Amino acid sequence: MAEKQFTITDEAGMHARPASALVGAVSKFKSDITIEHNGKKVNLKSILGVMSLGIPSGSVVTIAADGEDENEAIERAAEVMKTEGISNQ
Amino acid sequence: MTQTMSGIAASNGIAIAKAFRLENPELNVDKRTISDVDGELKLLTSALETSIAELEVIQKKTAETISDKEAAIFGAHLLVLSDPELVGPITERITTDKVNAEFALQETTDMFISMFEAMDNEYMKERAADIRDVRKRVLAHLLGVTIQSPSMISDEVIIIAEDLTPSDTVQLNAQFVKGFITDIGGRTSHSAILARTLEIPAVVGAKTAMADIQNGTIVIVDGLDGTILIAPEDSVIEEYKNKQAAYDEQKAEWAVLKNEATVSADGQAVEIGANIGTPKDIAGVVDNGGEAIGLYRTEFLYMGRDQFPTEDEQVEAYASVLKGMQGKPTVVRTLDIGGDKELSYLDLPKELNPFLGLRAIRLCLEMPDMFRTQLRALLRASVHGNLKIMFPMIATLDEFREAKALLLEEKVKLQTEGIEVSDSIEVGIMVEIPSTAVMADTFAKEVDFFSIGTNDLIQYTMAADRMNESVSYLYQPFNPAILRLVKMVIDASHREGKWTGMCGEMAGDEIAIPILLGLGLDEFSMSASSILKARSQISKLSKAEMAQHTDRILALSNSQEVEDYVTKLSTK
Repeated sequence: MAEKQFTITDEAGMHARPASALVGAVSKFKSDITIEHNGKKVNLKSILGVMSLGIPSGSVVTIAADGEDENEAIERAAEVMKTEGISNQ
Repeated sequence: MTQTMSGIAASNGIAIAKAFRLENPELNVDKRTISDVDGELKLLTSALETSIAELEVIQKKTAETISDKEAAIFGAHLLVLSDPELVGPITERITTDKVNAEFALQETTDMFISMFEAMDNEYMKERAADIRDVRKRVLAHLLGVTIQSPSMISDEVIIIAEDLTPSDTVQLNAQFVKGFITDIGGRTSHSAILARTLEIPAVVGAKTAMADIQNGTIVIVDGLDGTILIAPEDSVIEEYKNKQAAYDEQKAEWAVLKNEATVSADGQAVEIGANIGTPKDIAGVVDNGGEAIGLYRTEFLYMGRDQFPTEDEQVEAYASVLKGMQGKPTVVRTLDIGGDKELSYLDLPKELNPFLGLRAIRLCLEMPDMFRTQLRALLRASVHGNLKIMFPMIATLDEFREAKALLLEEKVKLQTEGIEVSDSIEVGIMVEIPSTAVMADTFAKEVDFFSIGTNDLIQYTMAADRMNESVSYLYQPFNPAILRLVKMVIDASHREGKWTGMCGEMAGDEIAIPILLGLGLDEFSMSASSILKARSQISKLSKAEMAQHTDRILALSNSQEVEDYVTKLSTK
């Protein structure tokens, strides 16, 4: 299991465009991938799940992956968070 | 046989093409018990796959014809269609509860919709609409009902619709959409204004077009007089092709006037400007020889998206308009939202009388942070051209002073930050509320200019909702009451050495132009496609002669007498 924390810096929070990019990117991995915010954990391969967390700007989220390609998945998620400008970590 | 229908001529020109109905079907879902689970799952998979294929095409087209940003929303819709947390539970319900796919889809999506609607973040609440939109597409396939997307049109067509909303229009491609027919709306509804901006012939308020016109039927739209011809015979098509050619020829004549100034027969210069909605409209203004932008409606920058435009995005838009006009006067109207114009991400309470409610400057003063962002963006862009800032819906002098104070505060802030701001920005107001017209003498001491917004001035003076067809007879631009108000405003500005423009529909009207010229209007702002016609008309009119008629015109008793008087003058 691999995990990493991110602070959401986009002033609009986790809105549809970056969430789509993130979900689209991690869906290609075999591992089970989740995102956790405020004690609620959802499937990161689900756009509805991610959006239902309603993650506002400034929150800290944890992305965790479990499976054969878990490290690559986390690495890719971090990359997308950065290119989409929602987190600078 | 040719069938004829008539509506309100909304945008000049003639179009002949196949009808394309933009439908909004009703989708009723019943609960059924099924026996063939595998068959039902196959139906679901196939509906999902067809929807995905459609959305991919829409996404691609939107990216090609509009922008990647507008296309991104369809990317999110695509992910919903393959979302394991959505497809999983639907499959589960079909398999274990033995219900039909439509019902399982409806129930599962309902759960997400209520979840989003219950969130206390306005943006997230709005996502419920996205789920509804996606669900509608899949349901339509399951039920065998056809729905279309305007962006999928790739043939020359005439759009037939109940109405077109501003957000429908972001998906329209002017290359293929040759004309519009809508059942509701008037000359000043958004679809009509958009048709004129895009220079697409249009007839609105046709009432029964959706009922009477089938997909694929050849239709003629005559945007010059509001006639619609359905399934015309060859001879009729021929006749209209000639009419189309004659119209094109006249347009060619006007083209000669394109690079000339607007001067009356007795040598008096006035200015003709254009009304625009987006930086893209500048090309049409330049093509039609516009001497100014008399009205840049900034609200389109805020529409068809899911959050406020940032300051930088706004600077980019304003600067591109100012640069495009190459130093010619450019009047930018600050955000005029509320009333009939809503923003999906701005949750305004429903009002009983939206036109009399919290809109335009009232809303901006109520939400100063939003307003300041726009003012800062305008100030930052001001160095790129000849910017004039105009506040809409001003009812009292206090509102103007408050808005101007915010502008000056932002200017000082920017200058302290070392950002360059133009020092010659004129600040004026729209005159569209009778109280302001009546008090024009007092306003004229403080504002740099007036621009009369006739659409609203008429509706507020006559107390007649301009979207309500039952009282459309009260939309009377030539009512002497309106003309007297216009005169008060023009005279008041001239006494203080200021100027008055007009950016309502009336400024481009053939009957109104002689009167307005006589009253001393300084700037006429209209749809780009009306500029050359107006310039040609003014070049044949003597301003001094028209001025002699104005007292008599203003003393007439009703709208019809004014029209008759002016018509008689021009045929003399």
